[in-house]
Amino acid sequence: MKDELKQIEEEAIAQIDQVETLKEAQDLQVAYLGRKGSITSVLRGMGKLPAEERPVVGELANKVREIISEALENKKTAIEAEQLEAQLAKEHIDVTLPGRHVAIGGPHLLTSIIEEIEDLFIGLGYEVKEGPEVEEDYYNFEALNLPKGHPARDMQDSFYITNELLLRTHTSPVQARTMREVEGREPIRMICPGKVYRRDSDDATHSHQFTQIEGLYIDEKVRMSDLKGTLKLFAKHMFGADREIRLRPSFFPFTEPSVEMDISCKVCAGKGCSVCKKTGWIEILGAGMVHPKVLEMAGYDTEKYTGFAFGMGPDRIAMLKYGVDDIRQFYVNDVRFLSQYHHA
Amino acid sequence: MYVSINWLKEYVDIDDIRVEELAEKITKSGVEVDNIIHVGEEIEGVVVGYVASCDQHPNADKLNVCEVDVGSETLTIVCGAPNVAEGQKVAVATPGATLPGDFHIKEVDLRGVKSNGMICSLQELAMDEAYIPPTMEEGIVVLDEDAVIGEPVTSYINLDDTILEFDLTPNRSDCLSMLGVAYEVAAILEQPIRFPQTDVPSISEAASDYIQVDIQDEEACSYYAAFVIKDITVKPSPLWMQNKLLAAGIRPINNVVDITNYVLIEYGQPLHAFDYDRLQSKTVGVRYAKDGEELVTLDEETRTLTSDNLVITDGTNPVALAGVMGGASTEVHEGTTTVLLEAAYFNPRDVRTSVQLTGLRSESSNRFEKGVDPNRVHEAGKRASLLLHELASGSVLESTPVFDQVDRSEATVVVELDKVNDRLGTEITADQIEVILKNLRFTYTVENGVFDVNIPTRRGDITIFEDMLEEIARMYGYDHLPYTLPMSPSKPGGLSPAQQLKRNVNRFMQGAGYMETITYSLTNEARINMFVSPDLKEEQVNPVRLSMPMSEDHAYLRVSIIPELLGTIAYNRARKQANIAYYEIGSIFLSEEEEITKQPEENVRLSGVITGDMIDHKWQQEKKTVDFYAVKGLMEQLFEYIRIPVNFSQASVQDMHPGRCATIAVGEEVIGYMGQVHPRVAKDFDSKDTYMFDVNFDRIVELYDRKEQYVAIPKYPAITRDVAFIVDTDVIAGDILQVIQEVGSPLVTEVEVFDVYQGEHLEAGKKSIAYHLHYQDPSKTLKDKDVDQLHKTIVEKVNDTFHAFVRS
Repeated sequence: MKDELKQIEEEAIAQIDQVETLKEAQDLQVAYLGRKGSITSVLRGMGKLPAEERPVVGELANKVREIISEALENKKTAIEAEQLEAQLAKEHIDVTLPGRHVAIGGPHLLTSIIEEIEDLFIGLGYEVKEGPEVEEDYYNFEALNLPKGHPARDMQDSFYITNELLLRTHTSPVQARTMREVEGREPIRMICPGKVYRRDSDDATHSHQFTQIEGLYIDEKVRMSDLKGTLKLFAKHMFGADREIRLRPSFFPFTEPSVEMDISCKVCAGKGCSVCKKTGWIEILGAGMVHPKVLEMAGYDTEKYTGFAFGMGPDRIAMLKYGVDDIRQFYVNDVRFLSQYHHA
Repeated sequence: MYVSINWLKEYVDIDDIRVEELAEKITKSGVEVDNIIHVGEEIEGVVVGYVASCDQHPNADKLNVCEVDVGSETLTIVCGAPNVAEGQKVAVATPGATLPGDFHIKEVDLRGVKSNGMICSLQELAMDEAYIPPTMEEGIVVLDEDAVIGEPVTSYINLDDTILEFDLTPNRSDCLSMLGVAYEVAAILEQPIRFPQTDVPSISEAASDYIQVDIQDEEACSYYAAFVIKDITVKPSPLWMQNKLLAAGIRPINNVVDITNYVLIEYGQPLHAFDYDRLQSKTVGVRYAKDGEELVTLDEETRTLTSDNLVITDGTNPVALAGVMGGASTEVHEGTTTVLLEAAYFNPRDVRTSVQLTGLRSESSNRFEKGVDPNRVHEAGKRASLLLHELASGSVLESTPVFDQVDRSEATVVVELDKVNDRLGTEITADQIEVILKNLRFTYTVENGVFDVNIPTRRGDITIFEDMLEEIARMYGYDHLPYTLPMSPSKPGGLSPAQQLKRNVNRFMQGAGYMETITYSLTNEARINMFVSPDLKEEQVNPVRLSMPMSEDHAYLRVSIIPELLGTIAYNRARKQANIAYYEIGSIFLSEEEEITKQPEENVRLSGVITGDMIDHKWQQEKKTVDFYAVKGLMEQLFEYIRIPVNFSQASVQDMHPGRCATIAVGEEVIGYMGQVHPRVAKDFDSKDTYMFDVNFDRIVELYDRKEQYVAIPKYPAITRDVAFIVDTDVIAGDILQVIQEVGSPLVTEVEVFDVYQGEHLEAGKKSIAYHLHYQDPSKTLKDKDVDQLHKTIVEKVNDTFHAFVRS
């Protein structure tokens, strides 16, 4: 019986060696180790053995079973590994073929600029305010120290609907409305972005519709130097720490003193070129201390409250910052233009 | 305003400062120098020549052969100008000279005669055609007799000048004159001013015997002086005067007209010269016109006047539109011998009215509209009289009739030193302020840091403390103000919930592959009746038209963004860009009034369009064009993202595909719609196969409820059952789904369609719709038997309701 087992072992090992597929291995497993397999049938004959031989043969049988089982397992693992190799080899792909793209959308360039400015001023404690695009003449002009008949409010420059209604020519009426809202009793820190409209023929540098963003800061003891500091912070943030700023006296009916701010020309680093008309400076925004008449009309005590206001055009900023040479690009929405700004 | 540096030198000493530096200083103290023009920069080698002889060219009728003495040599020059003549001093471009446009002069052969140079016209020396005097339009420039032969011609025709172009703000009309600029520059450079000569010798004949002044309305005309100058000779003015006018951008005409223009530029005071003999009476009057009265102005246009036009009359009829333009009938001409010179102060409002009514603008009206200096009117008249005496050999009569009710009072502004420093954030001293006031030539008194400043009449723009604050700040230098930040207590800033939601929706749309656009709010008439969203009431949609549109393309306020977006598709398709997914969050304008009297309601919409391929045609995949469900999926996910439960219903909306349009509603309330653009409309917009959506963003903001409470994730497993119903083809999936949800609630937590089939294995007119049903109980693990009964009830209900049966 021992010999029989020994023979089974040898036979099995020899057969396992020849195995090429998992199926064959499985068949051998059944043939040798299964319930009807060779080892089982050998063991069934154990009853005929003398009692003292039984444990010896039993031990041997178990050993043979283990050897065969291990050999089968090893074989299976080897086959599986081979099969995986073969499959992986088949799965080889050309990694240089293009990937599958997802559709990419993105913000309009003007929205990006407006949000960047909003976020800067939100960090300084400003709120974002909005107002109607069709305005009352009062808020668009009168409340801003531009009474009827004022030369700066030529009918030719605005889109009127009736004598009292027009498309706002600037976002300043939002300031006037906000001041009116608090009835001159509270400080204000606000920034107001939005669309504005002027009677201009559309060309490379003019658009009958464009955007503006304005800021207003009213409190006790606000100084012109505070305006200067705020504008510097803005300019350095928006255009880079290496850009110089210059303030020039200017005129707006709703501010006194009034300021225009230039930044040093990036193209020529202030030396003078065609972009800055040889001046080395590029005009970027208008600002000033809120005119006492504007404060008075809103109900502020001008001995107690002072403030500053500033306004700029995101269109112009975008044109300067990104070298866009035609303002109409912002409104015709050429997909090849819009998609240029859809990246980080 | 063009400021000639050569001219400015007559009033202020500016020899020691570079022009660029001067321009920078002027700009920084308040008057923006927009441009610096170096006249004659490109010209080289053009000298004064003397035409010693001038003979007909042997081979050409229209050419002359001239011998021209240029000092160092005598050149033979062929010249085609009709006005060339022996004895003239002319501008000669010698061989080797450079003219504007990088034009080099060489010896050339002209019809058999060698020409050694060119006698120049003003055009050839780069003068703007518009300003060339009529006498010099057709030919060469003839220099004054005292020009020195051989010298560079530049100084004789002002080609060595530099011109500063001022971009004046409306408050600084005081700088619309050379004297005004001189005050400004003198203040900046701390220099004295040299004033022009005005003392004029008069003859002992009284002007008042020639003319009487009759002013009807002293508010409209508070000052009128009528100077009379006789025995004048009308001829071209001397070259120096022409040069100055050219530098100022004014075309020389003749000495009389040139003198009035010269004084206008010098003093900022417009004057007018009438041909005295052409006036119909011995009275010059100022009154408002009668309605319908006519006046032929100098530009030969017949103007029909109204009672709002202020006019000058010859006692009876209008002879000039006051402050704007003279009349043709009394124009100074070659034969004029006696001139009536008007120096007046007209009310800015009246001049502005005339400008608006007639559309006429002039150098004169430009100044009157902004208000001239009442103290300079008479001086300017005297200055012009003197020049008429000197340059037109006129005799100035004495006893000039003057009407004088003008207000010359000076305003006083109180300036407190402490307040100046509080407002500017500076530490300016009283002494510094005194220096500034002296430089500005403002008189003042001062006591304990409080200044009473007298504002000269030339600075009508200064009326209150803040105006003086700006004067002090600009003379002190904006550059010298410190940089500070406000000292007030800090407070948090931020976006409102609505603004934050808008940003979030922007991010969602962009993440979904849509590009944000900004289109025009103004649109054309055809578009204002299109794509009116079903969430709007008919009475809300009335056309709002501009009172004076610039073009019919932009005449109305839009009532939908969709037509504008379709326009962008057409634009892109015309440029071979076929795949477009655009959206915009913007306002439309609604009015319930047929005749608008109050602000329209501005309704913010979220609108979008998509067309072309969803998946780009790549090596691996079939291309797939957009369809209804692409847009619907976007809408479903958007509303899931902002947690507003919406439902979609088949709808019929104008301009939309009748079978592919759905309203989007919250409960019963429609808040927008979506679907395929009607092919007929799409064709008009060159946007075939385009899908759109348009929802009321204002309502979204109102409906949006920012969820913050945590909802537990279900602990117990769900059981899924699938069922396919066979129904008539006109049964819609959404209705079955609704029944499943109604009957299945609350155990059925999710229902989704996973298959729709119609065809081979089904009888005609039938289709199969298959659903996954998810059963879940938050409190326990469901067993099959718990679900069996409910599932059966659901299926029966669906079968009953839709005459359906379950596909096995």
